[in-house]
Amino acid sequence: MSQVKGAAKSPVSGGGRAKPLSPHLQVWRWHVTMAASIATRASGVALYVGVLIVASLAAALAAGPDAYSVYIGLLGSPLGLIVLFGLTVSIFYHLAAGLRHLVFDSGKGFLPATANATAWASFAFAAVASVLVWAGYFLLLGH
Amino acid sequence: MDTHSYRTPLGRARGLGSAHTGVGRFIGERATSVALVPLSLWAIYAALKIAPIGYDGAVAFLQSPLNAVLAVLLIAVSVSHMDMGMRVIIEDYIHKPLSKVILLLLSTGVSWTFGALGIVSVLKVALMSAGAH
Repeated sequence: MSQVKGAAKSPVSGGGRAKPLSPHLQVWRWHVTMAASIATRASGVALYVGVLIVASLAAALAAGPDAYSVYIGLLGSPLGLIVLFGLTVSIFYHLAAGLRHLVFDSGKGFLPATANATAWASFAFAAVASVLVWAGYFLLLGH
Repeated sequence: MDTHSYRTPLGRARGLGSAHTGVGRFIGERATSVALVPLSLWAIYAALKIAPIGYDGAVAFLQSPLNAVLAVLLIAVSVSHMDMGMRVIIEDYIHKPLSKVILLLLSTGVSWTFGALGIVSVLKVALMSAGAH
């Protein structure tokens, strides 16, 4: 047993040839599907924080006009706008990725070409929809 | 494995199969996902709508019963979904039992505390009479 442990710690021991390891981030060629999977989790974590921000916004509104204007001021600051834009990208990406995974759950969409295409499509949708929403808000509506 | 065990192969295998729970969690994750498709799109619409209209406008927005109902649903379904999602992430990456339990309790606690705060706040605004603020 101790021999096995020692071998696992130094994969080049023995014949001087690296033993195969479980694939992990450091030894795995990047795929768009891998990036899509990581981005799904990352956007989910971002949206976890986003829900806390929305709940706090509701609390500020319930607390009255003064608290609300302070909170809106924070959201409207440069840092606040960056956070809100990031949340917009996260919502649209997580939405597309979620729909993609619902299709996966039905057993479809696993052909490499299909999975790659839907991964790229999810990223593209998130980028385009976010830019459209923000451009629309600031340019078209004139705010 | 202890080769001198008197346990039968069946006795060793018992209890190692499916836990017979988890289908409910699986369905819950998918059901909240489906519900959040329209709700998250409404959230974007609501944010764009509320952003330029100030305190009075935001209060008026939430005093529409449809908007209040959708806001409560958005918060409740989001909290349920993010609680389950963060649980999966913690269970995947944190293997020390004590750290895992603490993080799971913390995540669920934060989720539902903010969820309750958000829902009570929406209801307070939705139900307060005009001029009460």
